[in-house]
Amino acid sequence: MNQMTTNQKLHAAATSPQGTGTGRPLGGALSIRNVSKIYDPEGVNVCAVNDCSMEIVAGEVCMIVGPSGCGKTTLLNAIAGFHSITHGEILLDNQLLCGPGKPKASQGADRMVVFQNGALFPWRTLAENVAYGPIVQKKMTKAEAHEKAYHMLAEAGLGDFGDKYPGEVSSGMSRRAEIVRALINEPKVLLLDEPYRAMDALTKSIMHESLLETYDRTKVTIFFITHDLEEAIFLGDKVHIVTTRPCSLKKTVDVTIPRPRTYESLSSEAFRTLMEEVNEAVHEEAVKAFQAGERELA
Amino acid sequence: MTTASQTTETVNAGRRTTAPTGLALYWYRFQQSLSTPKPYLTVLGIGLWLFTYWLLCEGLRVDRFDKIPGPVAVAKDWFSPTPFQGVSIFTENYYNHIYVSCRRILIAFALATGIGVPLGLFMGWSQRVREYAFPILETLRPIPILAWVPLAILMFPGFEAPVIFLATLASLFVTTLNTMLGVQSIDESYFRAAGCLGSSNWDIFKNVVVPGALPFVFTGLQISIGVAWFSLVAAEMVSGDHGLGYLIVDSYMNNVTVPMVIGMITLGFVGWITSVLVRIVGNWLMQWHVKALALQGR
Amino acid sequence: MANVAHTATSAPVVRRRSSFEKLMSNTSLWRGMLAIAVFLLLWEIGSRFDEWFGKEWTLPFIGLIPAPTAVFAAWLEILPKAGYWMSWLQSFKRVLSGFLVAMLIGIPFGLALAVNKYFRDLFFPPFEILRPIPPLAWVPASLIFWPTNEMSIAFVTFLGAFFTIVINVLGGARTIDVRYLRAAQSMGASQWDLFSKIILPGTLPSIFTGAAVGMGITWEVVLAAEMISGGGTQGGGGLGFFIWNSYMGGSLEQVVVGMISIGIAGYLSSSAIRWLGDRFMPWKRLF
Repeated sequence: MNQMTTNQKLHAAATSPQGTGTGRPLGGALSIRNVSKIYDPEGVNVCAVNDCSMEIVAGEVCMIVGPSGCGKTTLLNAIAGFHSITHGEILLDNQLLCGPGKPKASQGADRMVVFQNGALFPWRTLAENVAYGPIVQKKMTKAEAHEKAYHMLAEAGLGDFGDKYPGEVSSGMSRRAEIVRALINEPKVLLLDEPYRAMDALTKSIMHESLLETYDRTKVTIFFITHDLEEAIFLGDKVHIVTTRPCSLKKTVDVTIPRPRTYESLSSEAFRTLMEEVNEAVHEEAVKAFQAGERELA
Repeated sequence: MTTASQTTETVNAGRRTTAPTGLALYWYRFQQSLSTPKPYLTVLGIGLWLFTYWLLCEGLRVDRFDKIPGPVAVAKDWFSPTPFQGVSIFTENYYNHIYVSCRRILIAFALATGIGVPLGLFMGWSQRVREYAFPILETLRPIPILAWVPLAILMFPGFEAPVIFLATLASLFVTTLNTMLGVQSIDESYFRAAGCLGSSNWDIFKNVVVPGALPFVFTGLQISIGVAWFSLVAAEMVSGDHGLGYLIVDSYMNNVTVPMVIGMITLGFVGWITSVLVRIVGNWLMQWHVKALALQGR
Repeated sequence: MANVAHTATSAPVVRRRSSFEKLMSNTSLWRGMLAIAVFLLLWEIGSRFDEWFGKEWTLPFIGLIPAPTAVFAAWLEILPKAGYWMSWLQSFKRVLSGFLVAMLIGIPFGLALAVNKYFRDLFFPPFEILRPIPPLAWVPASLIFWPTNEMSIAFVTFLGAFFTIVINVLGGARTIDVRYLRAAQSMGASQWDLFSKIILPGTLPSIFTGAAVGMGITWEVVLAAEMISGGGTQGGGGLGFFIWNSYMGGSLEQVVVGMISIGIAGYLSSSAIRWLGDRFMPWKRLF
């Protein structure tokens, strides 16, 4: 019951005029078409992604589920522009990010990444971290950026922690601040790479609420990698299940549970049916991955 | 029950509204340590060592040890206004030797840091610079500093320049390599995050490379100042004029052993002070690092 | 890889490269060699500038030292001479003796400091007081104390390596993850088992790190001691003396030959330690 009231409160906050929402979606449709990626360390071909295609509608929460080390991160890195792809193409709002003739996407503020182990600069306070993007992009002056950073941190419930270093706050708080750091740049797509991996279930549930609240406010497209099935169904509009290495799309499950979702939806019949469906597909791949015993790709 | 209530009482009595800071913190820690055997054992250990030293050299006058001046003889001369063997805290030449050595170290250390840190930063940051510069460095590094003495005397005029050259060379290698390792130790995701946020190359250098390498740089600088002293003493002994290394070897040549020991102790003390200074500067520059370490209980 | 065969139909297959091809396309290797070649060339030009353009064209610093080709010629000349190889042998003997004694005393001492709190509180402070004194500052005192030059060189060499090894062993033993000790205890290990099966192997990486650093210091110290004490007077010799003697005799080419020789000797010694480290710690090879 308590959770529900929290969520209602958050939802109320989302519709309040102070929100930074700008009447999105502004775009963020992501098309991944026949993408393949072959690594060649030491002359041995390792195929990380193989002929993977998926369409992500603007403003959708898209969850990618698969066994660990299967190449999901490779896919994310290709979208973000950290890696090149060997084959296929990726488009954002029908603009080519990477494809034939342009193997590596350029890095840009339209796609913001939240990293697996967190990448808030430990040598900057939370507010300095959040203000970093607008300052280096020269979109705001230092004072403006800091003012907005404090404002957005306060919205995320981190108002008192702006002057702390990331090393001084909990992992949950620093992860939330990292999402704020991404959102201040008003990206089209938010790429999250198992952001809540090392967290306990209780912290995770708080993070989920906070992410849903953020999503309701901004309607940003979310590309979320995870191997937590419950998380995938609870947060997502669509759950894409991928195979073990080489990674390709195995099955897409539409999550029909209506928003706003609360923790009561976790115990609903619909949730349980979806869970079974997803579980069946993932388990098969997990067994394959385990038996292969390969070390995870970087 | 009584123990339990007593514990609660002591806990409440010891509870403060604010944690002690600055000098008060050191005083608090000192008081706490008095209840452990540690400080007493420390005093005992040093006392025992001094006593053994005295016993061997002055008490029993064991064969061969009697040639080395004992603690009493050294202390008597060191703190006497009219030192028997010429050097004490009241004579001007003692401070002159210290001053000359310190000035040399300061120049050499500043030169090595000024060249080594930027060189190391670029070597760590740019693979191309590293590929060109690293092999040359690695070829020259195994040559002991002292082997450079003849060349140094030949290449540089006077007494001062060769000595400074040798000390600079020694610490240059250490500083450069540690700085390079420092940049290489920075987690890849910080670079990626900075790229996502729209940083230019210069932004990345300023905001990721430099602060990220700082912990390693200062570890390197602490080793480097030790190495600088090591080489300085060697150089002063072989080719010097004034300085503590010269004092030691000059006393040996003139068969006055007390100034020799005074020189050794002074050298140890001054060397220790300089490395503490480097550490203090490092901690002051890396608040974020110190705070994170403190929270981990280190 | 089965995966590769499987993907052959859809994804473009990247051909495997032979080890020769890889070597040839190793740009970092070529760049390194290019850099060293350019370095040598500049050195050659710089030091021969005055030969080509007359005395008034002697360049500062570099113009005063012998050219690489001259050094190489001097080296070829000296290679067959027994005296040169005797210097190698002498220096190696000194390094090895000082180093081995430092290991033999330093490792147990460091481990004792690490495992016993009272021992540490008692003996670590005097150790820390003596540590900042540079090893070479001990040379005169040691010359006075020890009856022969050889023994004083050995003593200073020992000191140089000792402090480094102890500090590394102590640091390594104290950073062993306490979970390993608890796991061993829960499986019923005795105190001796804990020491020999957990603490000792857990400290091995630090011992080898300390040994590698100590070996470098040892070479520095041996060389310096040979140069300062003029080891030649008592039939000492050694590479340090070789350098000093060549300098006094005015043969700068030989000085540089000596420098390079001692660089090679130092490099060989640290490679030997790395090789030993790999053999003793198979689990480290993975990383």
